Amino acid sequence: MNKSELIEAVAHEMNMTPREASDVVSTILDSMSETLVEGDTIEIRGFGSFVIKKYDSYLGRNPKTGEKIKVPPKRLPFFKVGKELRERVNAKSN
Amino acid sequence: MKRSNLTRKDLAKTINEDLGLSQRSAGELVDAVFSCLRQTLLKEESIKLVQFGTFTVRKKSSRVGRNPRTGETMEISKRSMVTFKASKGLRDQINE
Repeated sequence: MNKSELIEAVAHEMNMTPREASDVVSTILDSMSETLVEGDTIEIRGFGSFVIKKYDSYLGRNPKTGEKIKVPPKRLPFFKVGKELRERVNAKSN
Repeated sequence: MKRSNLTRKDLAKTINEDLGLSQRSAGELVDAVFSCLRQTLLKEESIKLVQFGTFTVRKKSSRVGRNPRTGETMEISKRSMVTFKASKGLRDQINE
């Protein structure tokens, strides 16, 4: 599924035009992005949560050449799927 | 340092304020969006949202693990998990 398919699905479910649904989806995604850029967390019941994990700088290696390189400190968003969704996804696969 | 936490309620409020929809329908819309995402993941289909990131359902096969407390070996059954990778643009913005 991509963004336009999501927009279509929301438009269909809520009886609205794709244009309106597109505004809604974009507003939500922009708001979530801004939150993560600020370093704040997101918690959506029944779906999951997002937190920013901070990684210190470390000495890594280029796996191809074996050359040592300093990996700069970085921040990465991390998603944790909600318990109920995790269990349901799991139940599907078994 | 206190960090704030974005919830469904905050998203509904933003939709209400930015798009001029009633609080109630804004809440229903937020629920509809996450419900569509959930249904897609339950079909084991991945979701690619440009400028945000990709959700993927990954299947993990069963493996032998150990209870770290007792040292007892046990089989960890096969399972599925949902992973998220932020888009490059978002990752870059987070690190700016």
